[in-house]
Amino acid sequence: MLGRLGSLLLTLFLASLLVFFSRFLVPGDPVRFLLRGRKPSPEAVAQVREQFGLDLPAWQQYVRWLGGILHGDWGRSLQYRQDVTTVIGDRLPVTLILVVMSALMIAIIGIAAGIVAAVNRGKVLDRAILILLTVLAAIPSFVGSIVLIAVFAVQLGWFPSFGSGQGFWDTVYHLVLPSLALTIVFVVLIGKVTRSSMVDQFGREHVEVAASRGLARIPLIRRHVFRNSIGPILTVSGLLVAGLLVASSIVESAFGIAGMGSLLVQSVDRLDFPVVQAIIMFVVTAFVVVNAIVDLLEPWVDPRAAAGEAAR
Amino acid sequence: MIPTSTPPAAGASRGASGRVGPATPTITREVLRSPRVRPAHVIFWAAVAVLAIITLAAVFAPWVAPYDPDAVDLMAFYAPPSPQHWLGTDGLGRDTLSRIIWGGRTALLGPLLVVVASTVVGILLGLLAGWRGGPVDAVLGRVFDVLFAFPSLLIAIMAVALFGKGLVAPVIAMSIAYAPFVARLTRSLVISERSRPYVSAYRVQGFGGSWIAMRRVLPNVSPIVGAQSTLNFGYVLAELAALSFLGLGVQPPTADWGSMINEAQAGMVGGHFLPAIAPAVAVVITVVAVNIIGEELSDRIGGGVPA
Repeated sequence: MLGRLGSLLLTLFLASLLVFFSRFLVPGDPVRFLLRGRKPSPEAVAQVREQFGLDLPAWQQYVRWLGGILHGDWGRSLQYRQDVTTVIGDRLPVTLILVVMSALMIAIIGIAAGIVAAVNRGKVLDRAILILLTVLAAIPSFVGSIVLIAVFAVQLGWFPSFGSGQGFWDTVYHLVLPSLALTIVFVVLIGKVTRSSMVDQFGREHVEVAASRGLARIPLIRRHVFRNSIGPILTVSGLLVAGLLVASSIVESAFGIAGMGSLLVQSVDRLDFPVVQAIIMFVVTAFVVVNAIVDLLEPWVDPRAAAGEAAR
Repeated sequence: MIPTSTPPAAGASRGASGRVGPATPTITREVLRSPRVRPAHVIFWAAVAVLAIITLAAVFAPWVAPYDPDAVDLMAFYAPPSPQHWLGTDGLGRDTLSRIIWGGRTALLGPLLVVVASTVVGILLGLLAGWRGGPVDAVLGRVFDVLFAFPSLLIAIMAVALFGKGLVAPVIAMSIAYAPFVARLTRSLVISERSRPYVSAYRVQGFGGSWIAMRRVLPNVSPIVGAQSTLNFGYVLAELAALSFLGLGVQPPTADWGSMINEAQAGMVGGHFLPAIAPAVAVVITVVAVNIIGEELSDRIGGGVPA
């Protein structure tokens, strides 16, 4: 428990070193790098020098930056002339709704497809589902986005093709197609792991024993097969969250949604390095923390893991 | 394509013959062995044919493409498909088919470089970690753990933020992002290889550790790792195309599948789908073909390898 927490903090610490010191890989004057594409007026130069503490030695700059992040001061955006926390905070809710909607769709469709395939393992339906999942996985989210826009927004006019709408339900409505685009690529993760871990369980003795003592099919699948497959599904879900957070930048750009993902792309485009640095650190932290939570949940869904026994 | 489709006999023969000693000739023969007529093989060779056509068209683009990719036909904005323009033209009157053929060059070259670089680096680091073990392994393992926390597209975006738009920085960055995956697989293979009798036999004969690692273990491990690495090609292709789609990779007007979709997106509201859909289909077809080939190769060479 403590060891895991220590490992988590060490990984985050090393990641923060990578994110911070990556700037030092760029040759030349850091002021010129940070003010690319802008007028390097004396005031701007002084402001950037002050904000990044460029006159200090490198390690002190890092300590200042990390201290700021831990205290909620993520620096100032060069493009918006606002605090980075404000800029990101304005756009984070939409991205979170998008990620949650996509995760729900992926979980529902993926688990359903996996269960149907596993129950019909070896039959035509199983193969059809596997092939469908494989083909869907080959449709990158930007391709999925433009196809969905062409069909459901432009041709049929069922959904909007642009923006994130006003108010909660309108936002949800605007995010249906973007979530679908993410679902298309990522559903394979959950679908395949559900199927394979359930197929694995079907061959186990405890399932055969339960079946032989006359347990009905549905409770058998629910209590003996699916329940034991939750662990692997949970593990993959950790990876899924990181994938969704990163892919949101593609989908948000395609649908013109002002979220954190499109902010990342826009900030790279407009050379707003403080925002880029903050979003990258945020996504990496989210990824590491979510995976740690998944690790902690594991013994809770699977007591064998808590007992120190190998899960397999 | 589906793991269960490999006949058990193939796996058994690999286990018996493919492991001891330099395995490359056996594996090459096995990959090239004449296919029995099974749906999986038909699909595999169809995928090979599709990928070959796309690659050849891209390599010989100046001779294959009917038009110059940047030539503007003032008489045909958003022209529908016709005998002159098989896939129509885009909003600037440029021939979509020619742009797709030319765009295949960057679309295929980027992932190729990433897969080769990440495989070479990953195999060497994995060999180092698995063979030496101890503190070397622990340090490398920690480095890989940190890199795993950075999704590859995020590293590529970061590289663009630092070094500017284009494909050079993202290709280098993604090679670094994919190397740990290769290294982890190599490491696990090397560790199981290390305890095999042939290694002790060489040791008893007085061969040095690094000689055994480089000359005997490496050739046994690398075909399996190489086959698994081909599976990364599709992901990298999609991610680099996504980067160009976001306007951070290949820059318009240069023809590239991702940047073509980026440029064509504005026309979609007006119902001009083909300039965007055609390059999108090219991406999907290529990714599917590469994945089918990659899965079949890793099935034949390294089926049942714990990743």
